[in-house]
Amino acid sequence: MTGLAQLTRHRLFWPIVALFVLLLASTLKHHTFIEVTIRDGHLYGGPIDILRRSSILLLVALGMTLVIATRGIDLSVGAVMAIAGAVTLSQIADSPDPGSLTTVALAMATGLAVCLVIGVFNGFLVAVLGIQPIIATLVLMTAGRGIAMLITGGQITTVTSAPYKALASGFWLGLPIAALIAGFFFAVVAVVTRRTALGVLIESVGINPVASRLAGVRARTIIWTVYVLCALFACIAGFLQSSNIMAADSNNAGLFIELDAILAVVIGGTSLAGGKFSLTGTLVGVLVITTLTLSITVIGIPVNAVSLFKALVVIVVCLLQSPVVQHKLRARRRKAAPVPVEVPA
Amino acid sequence: MTEQSTTPIVEMTGISITFPGVKALDGVDFRLLPGEVHALMGENGAGKSTLIKALTGVYGIDSGRIVVGGVEQVFSGPAAAQAAGVSTVYQEVNLTDNLSVAENVMLGHEIRRFGIIDWHATRKAARGYLQALNLDIDPRSSLSSHSLAVQQLVAISRAMVVDARVLILDEPTSSLDNDEVARLFDVIRTLRERGVAILFVSHFLDQIYAISDRLTVLRNGTLVGEYRTEELPRVELVGKMIGRELEVLSELETSSERAVVDRTGTPYLQAIGVGRKGSIEPFDLDIFPGEIVGLAGLLGSGRTELARLLYGADHADSGETRVAGEPVRLRNPRAGLSRSIVFSSESRKTEGIIGDLTVRENIVLGLQAERGWLRRVPTKKADEVVDQYIKALGVRPANPDAIAGNLSGGNQQKVLLARWLATAPKLLILDEPTRGIDVGAKAEIQKLVAELASQGMSVVFISAELDEVLRLSHRIAVLRDRRKVAELVNSQDVTTDVVVDLIASGGTSA
Repeated sequence: MTGLAQLTRHRLFWPIVALFVLLLASTLKHHTFIEVTIRDGHLYGGPIDILRRSSILLLVALGMTLVIATRGIDLSVGAVMAIAGAVTLSQIADSPDPGSLTTVALAMATGLAVCLVIGVFNGFLVAVLGIQPIIATLVLMTAGRGIAMLITGGQITTVTSAPYKALASGFWLGLPIAALIAGFFFAVVAVVTRRTALGVLIESVGINPVASRLAGVRARTIIWTVYVLCALFACIAGFLQSSNIMAADSNNAGLFIELDAILAVVIGGTSLAGGKFSLTGTLVGVLVITTLTLSITVIGIPVNAVSLFKALVVIVVCLLQSPVVQHKLRARRRKAAPVPVEVPA
Repeated sequence: MTEQSTTPIVEMTGISITFPGVKALDGVDFRLLPGEVHALMGENGAGKSTLIKALTGVYGIDSGRIVVGGVEQVFSGPAAAQAAGVSTVYQEVNLTDNLSVAENVMLGHEIRRFGIIDWHATRKAARGYLQALNLDIDPRSSLSSHSLAVQQLVAISRAMVVDARVLILDEPTSSLDNDEVARLFDVIRTLRERGVAILFVSHFLDQIYAISDRLTVLRNGTLVGEYRTEELPRVELVGKMIGRELEVLSELETSSERAVVDRTGTPYLQAIGVGRKGSIEPFDLDIFPGEIVGLAGLLGSGRTELARLLYGADHADSGETRVAGEPVRLRNPRAGLSRSIVFSSESRKTEGIIGDLTVRENIVLGLQAERGWLRRVPTKKADEVVDQYIKALGVRPANPDAIAGNLSGGNQQKVLLARWLATAPKLLILDEPTRGIDVGAKAEIQKLVAELASQGMSVVFISAELDEVLRLSHRIAVLRDRRKVAELVNSQDVTTDVVVDLIASGGTSA
């Protein structure tokens, strides 16, 4: 096999190609798109924008990757984001001093605590009661936004708080804080899963839960843990999202993000059947999806055709990645149809 | 038996298949004649399964030709092979448990009227196919309500529906008792008379000699030869399979004198009235250090259930377990593991091997589970352990990065053994460790178990083959109908007949 053939067979080859094509198309349309400039001591430009906008989806997809690796799925992440925003912003709004760092930190701690409970609840349904993950997390997917509405009293809670606003709009060392936060957690999860045995134990549980349990792996604890982590990452994503608009919008916060997250994981090459997972793959998947959304506006696709264009790109990437299609393409190149032969009697 | 001049229905020439890092088949020729029972022989990893999978379209071949019924075939998948008349009945029956017998037999071939399935006619047809194999069961009954033996016959009926000219039976007898085997053989003979070519794989030499007309021997992915069964004595056959003299086997035969086990101290594990409702009645069992306790009994007698309670795979709802004299509660496998008790399940694929992980990861898994996720087994130590056991147990291929699911059954078994031995257990529970694996590997595993015991490890050994239990065990617990009915100290006077009598009488004669 030649080097090129090996390269095209790599799981992430086509997603990365798609990423570059989108970047190229945007740059051809607007020559300044790819440029990164320094303004007021911060980095500005298309690529930086992609990083900043990727942060929310990356956090959600990070948790989703771990959950999917255990054969599970978490549909409640969008609702969890809404709850996180509702809890945190309500507390900030009710406090006498919304602008103080302590208030913001305490409110975020409350948000994290609430999401921890949610994660424990999801994990309990799946790991202990053995409810199918898609059903177990559907409970909060539908009920979660209602809970968020109750917290905000049916209103869109808005606040003015400089420290909280900095989460999504601030810069540190010239880079967007949101991207730094997402990058930090990405690195932590990558290190923890690969430098400890957590990664391989998650994969082992995902590939064969029964055998893993008999091998002495605490399968139940591991499954429980990934749902808790997933809820916590969704919570942080909820902070970023609500900080972005400085409002808790229970109806729209993180709407349909679970689908984008699942898509990012799948584009990244982690199978929905569980087992082997790739965090790098998820990162690429997230970048493809964000770049796609951004480049649609840059290229100037008519608003009406946006969904269709997005669907087309996703279909093409998924098709090129599919083992069946790859096999067919290779087989077509290699050999002709079978020839019947006569065998002397 | 038809004469040799008949045109082969299947002719495979120069078949080669390579997996990453493994040359599974290397230029193998294979012929199958209509109306014969042809045995495919070889050790684990010899390439039997791979050859079968090439013939059934599961694997594509890298080079060589497959001619079925005079037409060269390039199978795109199992469906293409079936369309060419090649049907397979696998060791683990590939049917749908929750459908009825009729649905299973006729799946995809239901009789339709005006595009709608005519269930009455479909069931009638199914009954016809079943009766052709002397199988008188209600086609409406759920498949799962029947024994594994009947399910296997149902699978064969299914092959007849698609009008198979070639029927492949891969280890069909490994879970059957003697009567069931006899029944299966009757069916095979009927099919042979009808001119069906039957490819038969089994590790039971007796069965090979009872049923097969010719046999092909493979070793390490290459063809050793094709022989008429009646012209090849057993000893020569085994010699051709393992490619060396039978020193291992003969060694085991002579080493039947057992070391005397000191039963005066504290047993390593002591079960007092331990039981679980619906699973096994309360039993007592003492296992001393260095002792091999064999569990004898028929399939479904409670052997596995007893073993699972000892490990903590299931938790007991009565009685008390003591480990080294101390009362313990074994609530889950982890609890057993932390008491240095390990359990190797009889179902390698579903309860043992983690298929998509590498051999290395599979071996280290037990050790890792014991340490918890935070304390990763250091790479250097993992490499040492993995190297050591791959060498000691002769895992083939000796490649720690091979995907465990691609290994042959016997080698997967060795990987599992390695996983447990790496945790330095004090009590090793082996449930059917030699099922479905070849003579050579079987002998190696038996020898290993005997050695481990002589070094002070306690072993619980479960096997459907009584002579294997008798050869190894110091003591034998006999089970029947989910109850421990007798326990006897092994000696020269204890023969298979004695144990069979005990099983049959339910222990009353003891």
